[in-house]
Amino acid sequence: METLLNDFSVGLFVMQAVILLILILLMRKFAWKPILNALDERETGIEDALKSAENAKREMENLQASNQKLLQEARTEREAMLKEAREIKTKMIEDAKTEAKEEAEKLMTQAQASIETEKKAAIADLKSQVASLSIDIAEKVVRQELSNKDKQEQLVASLLGEATLN
Amino acid sequence: MYNLIGAGLIVIGGGIGLGQIGSKAMEGIARQPEAAGKIQTAMIIIGALLEGLAFGALILGK
Amino acid sequence: MIAKKSITFIAVLVLALVSFKGFAGDEGHHDKGNTIDTPDEIKEYIGHHLKDAHDFHLFSDNASGKHYGFPLPVIVWTSKGLKTFMSSAFHHDDAGHTIVDKGDVKLTKIHSKIYELDAGATSVNFDETHHATNAHKVLDFSITKSVFGMLLAGLLMLLGFTALARGYKKGKKIPTGFGRVLEPLVIYVRDDIARPNIGEKKYRKFMGFLLTVFFFIWILNLLGLTPLGFNVTGQIAVTACLAIFTVIIYLFSGSKDFWAHTLWMPGVPVILRPILAVIELIGFVLIKPFSLLVRLFANMTAGHFVVMSLIALMITLKEAFGPVGSTGMSLVLALFISVIEILVAFLQAFIFTMLSSLFIGMAVEEHDHH
Repeated sequence: METLLNDFSVGLFVMQAVILLILILLMRKFAWKPILNALDERETGIEDALKSAENAKREMENLQASNQKLLQEARTEREAMLKEAREIKTKMIEDAKTEAKEEAEKLMTQAQASIETEKKAAIADLKSQVASLSIDIAEKVVRQELSNKDKQEQLVASLLGEATLN
Repeated sequence: MYNLIGAGLIVIGGGIGLGQIGSKAMEGIARQPEAAGKIQTAMIIIGALLEGLAFGALILGK
Repeated sequence: MIAKKSITFIAVLVLALVSFKGFAGDEGHHDKGNTIDTPDEIKEYIGHHLKDAHDFHLFSDNASGKHYGFPLPVIVWTSKGLKTFMSSAFHHDDAGHTIVDKGDVKLTKIHSKIYELDAGATSVNFDETHHATNAHKVLDFSITKSVFGMLLAGLLMLLGFTALARGYKKGKKIPTGFGRVLEPLVIYVRDDIARPNIGEKKYRKFMGFLLTVFFFIWILNLLGLTPLGFNVTGQIAVTACLAIFTVIIYLFSGSKDFWAHTLWMPGVPVILRPILAVIELIGFVLIKPFSLLVRLFANMTAGHFVVMSLIALMITLKEAFGPVGSTGMSLVLALFISVIEILVAFLQAFIFTMLSSLFIGMAVEEHDHH
């Protein structure tokens, strides 16, 4: 301890203090400040770059998600539209079918009605023709029959007999 | 003469202490190699404190 | 760019050293032809090296008694005011034989210390313990070898780091050349020493001190390993100054919490509080800086001592192993220890900065209120 205290040089201590103080101030002003600032700047730059990359990634993801959503929406819309179209189609077909059926039925009834009238007319015609024909036949028969007296009487008799039956 | 004996005792004590620090630090590193850096720094600090103590004693006795 | 610059600088320095060779020396105290070869002489030589010196002594030619190196200015504050002269005036005398007469004061150098002779005395008288009886020490602001080393280290730092800073200013994001070596070191000090110990919010304020001290100590430690023979960080005044800077910084930047916890520790019985306060205060004001300064001083001194002793084996073991054996042995051992010393040079700078930031961290920390 004594030798150490003996070696302790106050002058050296003072010189060292002065030199160190000046050195600290000089280094702070001319070296450490610019160096640390540059380092900080660089680090914040890197951090910002990373952050912005992260942001871009997130935005991209968002975009993709929204794209997905849009696509999904479009798909559902398309589906709905298709469904509607299909419904409309079936409805139209149904409508057409019923209409056609109705029309056909109408036509049928009309046809039936006309057939009926035609039939009736035909029957009436047939009746009249049959009547005239039978009258003709009867005339001819009568004419032929009546040329023979016996036969006339026979006929009258049969006719009379029929008449009574009616 | 007594100074030298004292110095020897100081060195023995310091040596034991440093050995303890070193051995424990190595055990720690072997157990957890991923913490090697932290253990090393702590080891150096403790070693330095011990060294300061031992040197202080040596200087005071000189 | 900076690398080229510092190489030029070193080249200029070496040239300057060479051109200064052989200043004076014939009246030197050493006897001609007397080489240093006995253990006592070696011990004295090493002891002399570990001390500060007033001239830059590189090597001596003992055969001709010539010393190679250059003198450094001596600036002393005597009883008659400031006196300046070159150290060559002492003619390498270190035992108080050569007396420099500066008109009203007579100065002499004993064991690397400058003494002022009492009025009327013409030569130094020694008592039996070799203490001067009629002379006293003066305040010595000389540019000693240590001061010269500090100036050199400061200059190297200024050159290196301002070049790095200028590189950034030019808009380059990444340093080039030697800056690539320096930048990771700065980042290392910031991220591994300051930030974890002081805290994210407050570390910035202390970076100037921590970085300066780290590189200052490291460069001086490394300079000590060169054959130039600096032993700056092995001067107790230097390490004391560094430690006192740390103390001043942490005492003056201590937070309210720090003082509250130091002087009136909460959560402790009231009777114990004053005792704790005394212990804490002694710890912060005396023990911590003392351990800081002693650690650096003792490590560097011991390192120099061991390296020089191992080199001296060349001489002391010559008898036992012959010139080749002793030289080889001392070279191998000195190389081995020198490699360790390179590590220690870094480690001590690291530890000093680390502990400084640890203490600063303790002082600025704001506790959660219990």
